[in-house]
Amino acid sequence: MNRFAPSPGANAAGLRRDDSVERLALFALSAPALLLVLVTMIAPVAWLFGLSFLDDAGSVSLEHYRRMIDQPSYGRTFLVTFQVSLLTTAICIAAGYPLAYAVSQMPTRAANLCLILVLLPFWTSLLVRTYAWLVLLQRKGLINEWGIRLGWWDEPLALVHNMTGTLIGMVHIMLPFLVLPLLGAMRAIDADYQKAAASLGASPMRAFWSVFFPLSMPGLLAGTLIVFILCLGFYVTPAVLGGGKVIMVSNHIANDIELFFNWGAASALGVVLLVLTLAFLFVAVRLLRLDKVLGGVHG
Amino acid sequence: MTRRAAVPIAVRALCKTYGKVLALNDVELDVRGGEFLTLLGPSGSGKTTLLMVLAGFIRPDQGSLKFGDDEVIRLAPHKRDIGMVFQNYALFPHMDVATNVAFPLKLRGVKGADQQRRVEVALQTVQLEGYGARRIDELSGGQRQRVALARAIVFEPRIVLMDEPLSALDKQLRERMQIELRQLHEKLGTTTIYVTHDQREALTMSDRIAVISGGRIMQLDTPQVIYEQPKNRFVAEFIGESTFLKAELDGAELCRCAGQVLRLGRAASARGPGVVMLRPERLRILQGEAGGTENMLTARVVNTIYQGDSFLLQAQLADGTALSARGMAGQGSLASLPGVGAQVRLSFSVADTVWLADAAA
Amino acid sequence: MSWFSEPASPTQITHGARLWLYVVAALVLAFLIVPTLIVIPMSFSESQYLEFPPREWSLRWYRNYFASTAWMQATVTSFQAGALTTVLATPLGTLAAYGLFASRYRWAHMIHVLMITPIIVPVILVAIAVFYVYVKIKLVNSLTGIVLAHSMLAIPLVIMIVTSALKSYDMNQEMVARSLGASRARAFLSVTLPQIRFAVISSALLAFLTSFDEVVLAMFVSGGGNSTLTRNMFLALRDQIDPTIAAISTLMIVVTTALLAFSQRFGQTHRG
Repeated sequence: MNRFAPSPGANAAGLRRDDSVERLALFALSAPALLLVLVTMIAPVAWLFGLSFLDDAGSVSLEHYRRMIDQPSYGRTFLVTFQVSLLTTAICIAAGYPLAYAVSQMPTRAANLCLILVLLPFWTSLLVRTYAWLVLLQRKGLINEWGIRLGWWDEPLALVHNMTGTLIGMVHIMLPFLVLPLLGAMRAIDADYQKAAASLGASPMRAFWSVFFPLSMPGLLAGTLIVFILCLGFYVTPAVLGGGKVIMVSNHIANDIELFFNWGAASALGVVLLVLTLAFLFVAVRLLRLDKVLGGVHG
Repeated sequence: MTRRAAVPIAVRALCKTYGKVLALNDVELDVRGGEFLTLLGPSGSGKTTLLMVLAGFIRPDQGSLKFGDDEVIRLAPHKRDIGMVFQNYALFPHMDVATNVAFPLKLRGVKGADQQRRVEVALQTVQLEGYGARRIDELSGGQRQRVALARAIVFEPRIVLMDEPLSALDKQLRERMQIELRQLHEKLGTTTIYVTHDQREALTMSDRIAVISGGRIMQLDTPQVIYEQPKNRFVAEFIGESTFLKAELDGAELCRCAGQVLRLGRAASARGPGVVMLRPERLRILQGEAGGTENMLTARVVNTIYQGDSFLLQAQLADGTALSARGMAGQGSLASLPGVGAQVRLSFSVADTVWLADAAA
Repeated sequence: MSWFSEPASPTQITHGARLWLYVVAALVLAFLIVPTLIVIPMSFSESQYLEFPPREWSLRWYRNYFASTAWMQATVTSFQAGALTTVLATPLGTLAAYGLFASRYRWAHMIHVLMITPIIVPVILVAIAVFYVYVKIKLVNSLTGIVLAHSMLAIPLVIMIVTSALKSYDMNQEMVARSLGASRARAFLSVTLPQIRFAVISSALLAFLTSFDEVVLAMFVSGGGNSTLTRNMFLALRDQIDPTIAAISTLMIVVTTALLAFSQRFGQTHRG
C-alpha cells in the first residue's frame, strides 16, 4: 500500500494553471474569426454609432436625431417602411400558409419535390429575381403583354417603379422565409392529434381550426417575425422595383450617403434601424426561444 | 499479449466541485497492481467523474493521482498510457475494424508488419479473428464492444478504464460478456477500473468493489465482504435485497427487536440508534428448534408470492415491522408454506445478522 | 374521379373537398418558380424587351456579355472574391465553431452570439460603416476590402452549419482517440474532421455563394477596377433595363444551381 500523503490542496495551483492554459488554447481557436468580425463589423458600426451623436462641427449633439423628428421626410420613410413590411408580411402569410399546409399533408416524395421548388427561388440570387420582376412588370413586359392580349385590360398597367412592384418583389423574396419554418413546424405536428379530433366527432374544418392551426402557431410566428425583421432593413428590392419612389429606411440611409454625403444623418437613421431590428428580434427570441436556433452552443 | 508488471493506482485528497455541487468529496483510493476494481454506485454518485479524473478528461480542483510511482494528475489524457472503453463503444465509423484497432499503434509509431501482427493478436484475444476488414456498421452490439476492447488493449496500456461498457447490451449477452471480460483480465493481468451501476455485474467481475455515493467511497472491500458485511445503510440497500428492522442495542453483541433478543454477527462499534439488516434469502422457515449459531424471529404471514425460481414470503413482526424471506422454489413448495395470517418462525444465522448505525432512518 | 373522393388527411377530408387548397398552393408555387426561371428563356430572346416566348432566338446578349471588358472584369472579380472568401471564412469559421463547441465555459456562449451578429445587423448599416472605415484606411475599391467584408458575412453561416454538425456528432470519439494516445489536435484532424467534412464542404460552398450573390456591401465597398458582378448589375438595373443582365442572370442561376446540387450530393452521401 502506498503510504504517501500529499499536502492539503495538493496540486491545486498547478491544476488551475492547466485549466487556464486549456481555456486560452480553445479561445485561440475562435480568436481569428472573432477578430475579423470585431474589426470589420463591430468596430465600424460602433464608430458609426458614435458618429450619429456628433454634429458637423464635431461636438456632441443630438442634432441628427432631432432632425428625424422635425423633418417630415423621415416620418414618411418610417411610414413607408412599416407599410411595406406589414403588407408584405400579411400577403406572405395569406399565400404561404395554404402552400405550407398543402405540402405538409402530401406524401413524402411529392412533399420533397415541392420543397425543392420552394428552395429554388430561395437559393437564386436576389438580384436575379428582382431583375426578373423588373422585366416581367415593365410596360412592355410579359404581364402587360398577356393582360392586354387576353383582354383583361386595355392600357399597360404601371406595375413597376412604384409601390405595387416593390410589394410584388418583396413578397417573392420573403415567401420562402415564411414557408420554410412554417412547413417545418407543421411537419412536426403529430397526425395523431388530428385523428383524435376526428374520432371525437370533429368535422375536418373544426379539427383544423381547433387542433392543427393552434399547433402551427409557433412556426407561423417564427416565420412572420423573420419576414418582418428582414423587410425592415431591406434595400435591393425597393431600390430596383420602387424606381426611387419607394423610400424605405435603408434606401434613405443610402441616399443620405450617396447624394448628400451626410454621414451624421445616415448613421443616426442606421442606429434607429438597428435598435428597431434588435427590439423586434428580442421579442421574437423571447416569444419563441429562437436563441436555440441562432446558436445555443450548449443549448 | 505479454503480461506487463502490473501498476498500482493511488488517489489522494481528490476534490471536484461543479458550482455548488460536490462531485468528488476528498476521495482516497488505493488500487493494487493487476486488480479488477469496480466503482459501483447510482447515477450522480460520482463514479464516472472519478473515472474521468483517472483518465484525465476531468481536471479536479485538487488532489494527487499516481500510476505506480508517476504523478499523473497534471498529465494530458493522451500521455497517461491508458486504454479506455466507453458505454457506446465510440468506434470510428469512417475506419474499418483493423484500422480502428491499429489506431493507437499508429500513434505510437508502430507500422507495417509489426502493426498488423499486433492487431491480429488483439482481435484473436477478443475472439474476433478475421474480422479486420469488416466495416463498423456491419457489426452487432456485442461485436462492436469487442472491437472497442481490442482497440483499448492492443498497445498494452498499463491501466484499463471501462465506463459501463456492457449496459447497452441485452441481458444474455451482457452476462456472457461479463464472464469473458473477467477471463480477459485474468489473462492480461492489467490493472482495471470498471464503472457500473449494476450490482450484480460488480459482484460477478470484481476483485474488489468501491461503493460510491455523493462523491465519497462508502466501502471498499471484496464482493463477499460488501455483500455480507455492509458498513452502512446505503451499501446494504444498494447491493442485494435487504430488510431493515428497528432494534435497540443491548450491550455490544446483543440487540432487542420486536421484543425478541438477537445476537449480532459482529460487535457494534458505536452506541446510538441503528437497525438490523437481514437479507431475505438468508432467512429460512424453522420447523424444529433453532440451532446455537442461529437467531429466530416470530412473525405473522402477510403474503406469499411465487416468483418462478423462488418464492417471497412477506411477514409482519409483532410491532408491525415488515419482514421478507426468500426461498428456492421446488416442486410443491408453495403448498407447504404457511397460509396468510399464520404464525411462522424465521431463523437466520448470527453471522448474517448485521447491525448498522442509523445515519438517516 | 376516385382520387377526389379519397381521404386526404387524418381528418378524413376528401381531396375533392379541398381542391381549392391544391389550386392555391399550385398558384403560389408557380408565383415562386416562374419569375425565378423565366429569365433563362428570355435571355435567348433577340428583342430588347425580352419577350416570352421569344419570337426570335439569339445569343446576342451572351455575346454582349463576353465581349464587354467591364462585365468580364467584374465576373473575374466576383469569382476571385468568392474564392478568397471561401478560403478565409471556412477554416476560420470551422475552427471557431469547434473551439466554441469544445469549450465548456460561459464566455463561449457569448462569443458565439457575437459571431452571429453579422447576419442580424441590417446589411445597409454594416455597408456604410465598413465603407466609412475603409475610406479612412484606404481599403475602398480593393479586393482585400471586399474579401474581408464578405468573410465577415460568411463566417456566421459557417459557424452555424459546423456547430449543427458537431452537435449530432459523437464527441466521445474524440475522447477515445485522446485516451488512445492522440493529442487534441491530432484527434480533431484524424477523427472529428473527417466526420464533419460534409458540413465543412457545404459551408464552404455557402460562403462562396454568400460572396458571389452579395449586393449591398459590394455596392459600397467594391468599385473602380475591383467592382463585382453584382455591383455592376445593380447599377445597370437602376439606370435602364439592360438585357445583357438576362444573360448574366442565367449564367448566375447555372453557377448557383450547380454548386448547390454539388453540396446536396455531398450531404446525401452516407454520413460516416
